[in-house]
Amino acid sequence: MSCGCDKTKLFNSGVLVDRMPGAILPPQAEWEAKKNGYVVIECPQRIPCNPCATSCPTGAVVPFTDINDVPTIDYSKCTGCALCVAKCPGLACFVIDLTYSADKAVIKLPYELVPVPAKGDTVKCLDRTGNVVSEGEVSMVSEPLKDQTIVVSVVIPKDKVHEIRAIKAVG
Amino acid sequence: MRKTLETELLVIGGGAAGLCAAAEAAGAGVKTTVIESDLHPGGQLVKQTHKFFGSKDEYAGTRGYKISDILLDEIKGLGDKVEIKTNTTVTAYYPEEGIYTAMKGEDEYYRIKAKKTIVATGAQERLIPFPNNDLPGVYGAGAVQTLMNVYGVVPGKKVVMVGAGNIGLIVSYQLTQAGVEVAAVVEAMPRVGGYWVHAAKIRRLGIPILLQHTITEALGDQTITGAVIQPLNDKFERVGEPQKIDCDVICMAVGLTPTTELFWQAGCKMLFVPQLCGHVPFRDNTMRTSNPDIWVAGDASGIEEASAAMVEGRIAGFSAAKALGKNMEQTKFDEYWKRLEHLRAGEVGEKIRGGICQVLSAGWEA
Repeated sequence: MSCGCDKTKLFNSGVLVDRMPGAILPPQAEWEAKKNGYVVIECPQRIPCNPCATSCPTGAVVPFTDINDVPTIDYSKCTGCALCVAKCPGLACFVIDLTYSADKAVIKLPYELVPVPAKGDTVKCLDRTGNVVSEGEVSMVSEPLKDQTIVVSVVIPKDKVHEIRAIKAVG
Repeated sequence: MRKTLETELLVIGGGAAGLCAAAEAAGAGVKTTVIESDLHPGGQLVKQTHKFFGSKDEYAGTRGYKISDILLDEIKGLGDKVEIKTNTTVTAYYPEEGIYTAMKGEDEYYRIKAKKTIVATGAQERLIPFPNNDLPGVYGAGAVQTLMNVYGVVPGKKVVMVGAGNIGLIVSYQLTQAGVEVAAVVEAMPRVGGYWVHAAKIRRLGIPILLQHTITEALGDQTITGAVIQPLNDKFERVGEPQKIDCDVICMAVGLTPTTELFWQAGCKMLFVPQLCGHVPFRDNTMRTSNPDIWVAGDASGIEEASAAMVEGRIAGFSAAKALGKNMEQTKFDEYWKRLEHLRAGEVGEKIRGGICQVLSAGWEA
């Protein structure tokens, strides 16, 4: 079984193993009822970077007092617009909408690879270490900032929303 | 007849720091000449296809090569105040006469005389020794970026990346974008040295990052056919079983060291500062070295992020313009320093702060 040190080593190699400041989840009850979803950011290290906050049109990513702050979220302001998903240079922002159906959710994630999937495509859904954990159906593809970061919306099994953080499109 | 080019301000190096320095000084009315050894200006910016970190002021969220375009547009808008000479290398400085020598291509030599100079020569890549590290297929990460992102050529099919600093992590991502398989990233330290989010974004694409591992040998006869890696303990001693990984490219991203020959030639006071990754010149808060006519900016002053290099370039350009008698708004200088301090404020800036305090002079004897 994994001991504390394995977990530390995994985290030190870039895999989120625990919720922590800069990488927290929305309050569950509100999240389940929130149309269009809430932002989920996984940015637990203090680094000099703030585009998530400066690009947020509603102030839901709370403006930083120090550029090295990790992001904090005011969920009452988050519309799930996914502008931060497109803007974040670390590709660390996601939007997860739990209202899609009883057993399916939608994740909006950043994508900068080829091929670019199209609406209706089936893609492989990957966890934080690149393992395929399910398939998903692409429900929307957009390029919000017209800067070659694509935001892909994928319909995924609801029980995998805490695992899936990337997709692999089949060309 | 020997040609001597005369200019008010000479900026050596047309990368992130040099372009910002030139834009700042020329914006204040200084006749500026930028010398760039590459075929095009932009330095490392032109190879950076990822979005930059930092704040809006340093173009955060914008891809590096776009930032290069933005800076070149700013310079273009200054008309004939800035001349950029590409494919030209400053080969030496002769302090007795205050003359620089430059070489365009391989056959045109000339001399440059400048009232003031900003040296923004950037950095060079380090390598680590291991058997067969001279085989074709062992690349520096900068070369891989140049091949892929400037010329559109992939370096091979399967890469072992050595080093998990920001460069190793970013280039691994860019290789994946180019359709090249990254077999593993090997890192001697017990944690990634680059930003955690850069590591996360390649981990979720299935690239393993092997912490506390080193490369011990490159395999192959004429070209690379594999790499041997081995686990390290906390004292960096090789322990455990060596493991062979098939690959045709070994990419070295094990750090940079400042390019400082011209400072030595100019007699600038220098110090070896491990936190800044090599010998660097002492400087005051205007980025002026102990030589009153020479300023420094960017990686040549110590290895740091491009965002900081750009602000340092602004500070050096501002200060050189002021020294040339231009009327400068002091609030702008204070604003630049505030930005630098913000960029260096956090934990990742701790090392930089610890390095800079060793070479920051309160001021030079008049």
